[in-house]
Amino acid sequence: MTDHSGKIFPRPSPETAVYWDACREHKLMIQQCHSCNHFQFYPRIMCTQCMSSEVNWVQASGKAEVLSFTIVRHPVSKAYAEETPYVVALIQLSEGPTLMSNVIECDLETVAIGMPVEVVFENWSEEISIPKFKPAE
Amino acid sequence: MAKQSLRGKVAIVGAADTEVGVVSDLGATQLCVDAARRVLDDAGIKKEQIDGLITCNSMAEPYMYHAETIAEYMQIFPQYCMAIGAGGSSTFSVMHHAASAILTGVCDTVLISMADSLRSGLSREQAMLVQASTGHAQFESPYGPTVPAYYALIAQAHMHKYGTTAEQYAAIAVACRKHAALHPAAQKKDPITVEDVLESRMIADPLHLLDCSLVSDGGSAIIMTSAERAADFPHQPLYLLGVGEGHSHEYVSQARNLTTSAALESGKRAYTMAGLGPADMDFAQLYDCFTPTVLIELEDLGFCEKGEAGAFVESGAIELGNSLPVNTHGGLLSHCHPGNPGSMYHLTEAVFQLRHQAGERQVKDAEVALVHGQGGIMSSHTTLIIGRERD
Ligand SMILES: [Zn+2]
Repeated sequence: MTDHSGKIFPRPSPETAVYWDACREHKLMIQQCHSCNHFQFYPRIMCTQCMSSEVNWVQASGKAEVLSFTIVRHPVSKAYAEETPYVVALIQLSEGPTLMSNVIECDLETVAIGMPVEVVFENWSEEISIPKFKPAE
Repeated sequence: MAKQSLRGKVAIVGAADTEVGVVSDLGATQLCVDAARRVLDDAGIKKEQIDGLITCNSMAEPYMYHAETIAEYMQIFPQYCMAIGAGGSSTFSVMHHAASAILTGVCDTVLISMADSLRSGLSREQAMLVQASTGHAQFESPYGPTVPAYYALIAQAHMHKYGTTAEQYAAIAVACRKHAALHPAAQKKDPITVEDVLESRMIADPLHLLDCSLVSDGGSAIIMTSAERAADFPHQPLYLLGVGEGHSHEYVSQARNLTTSAALESGKRAYTMAGLGPADMDFAQLYDCFTPTVLIELEDLGFCEKGEAGAFVESGAIELGNSLPVNTHGGLLSHCHPGNPGSMYHLTEAVFQLRHQAGERQVKDAEVALVHGQGGIMSSHTTLIIGRERD
């Protein structure tokens, strides 16, 4: 198993705990506004479209596409050296919101803008699993 | 009460740079003081005449109260004192804070001095921290993005949407290097070609090493006062004709649009205030942390149509002697990039050009210039228009 210690671990806050708890169960959660149905990510205490405070957690389909990407040839720190080069991408979920992630389980040179991808989880510790994306089946 | 325009009401009456590049005998604090000392000299005034002070915080030598620390070091006692936390666009946004302070009588003569020593003064740990703290702590940084990677995401999206090429990005680095070769203090002067850029190490596709700006030490400063008082200073005053800001996001994953930035808004606001347009600019000083930054700014600031900046830079248009010289000092790509103060050199160079003091790299008969700062990941933008004529 890959050693993830030394990487930049997310530190869940009260606002994001639901998200990271779900990741541990390999579920990708985003927020949806109860008033206007707007989907959003990252988690917030308000809907960015209508300011409603009734934002609910819903499970995302995990289906997405690559909005943009780069192949990082020089890692951000030693802890990432083993997996260098790696793809850092902006991923647009089918529900709408965009998030940053890595595209994995494929030949890096085949990654392209518009490529359909789906979520997959990488277990970094007992507490933290990280959502990443691989080419859609 | 009608909204009051800043147009033509304040002027830059002093500008100076310290030595730049690798300056190992001065720390970030001393560079800030050295820049201040030089600009007082340039403006021909004593420190007692400064009643407003603006600095930016340093990464190498951060202070809780940076501007106050510099004031104390120099033993000046301002009635307006402010440090900004970041660089890029914030550097220029202080111009209209200073202008407003002058116009409302809060103070008369503002010294803006900024410096850092990213090359010599930053420990390995500090450098790592800077890199890691650029992204969203929970939703970006764990994925291992580097600063070039953020801009690579922008560059790649522009290539995909508009067919921009790596050669076109490279042409920007080549132009900046040509200009730096004419600047006595520039950090990098060896000529480079498009091939050199493409053959330099790939850092984060499509950005090669030579698409990335430098890491430097250095300081830079200006002095501003009211247009009325500006006539009492030794140099040709440069009037602030237009200023505008635009802000669209902080983290790149939250960008409204990857290929069109809030430079569109900052530019429009500055042009509207100035009553001028892109065609009126004799040259442009555009923030150039990475080559794609310049390309997108050229489009969003109206120097060419959206999607056409690739062809524009490839034609050589941005080189001295051609239609729109860009970064006549060499920019962050070749002159120097000490972090937060980086865009100050775009401004001081604009001052030297408009005073007609730029020597070999002088833009002939330069009257009006646009200076643009950008911070974050194409996140926050400030556009300035300055010129020799007040009206
Ligand atoms: Zn809503």
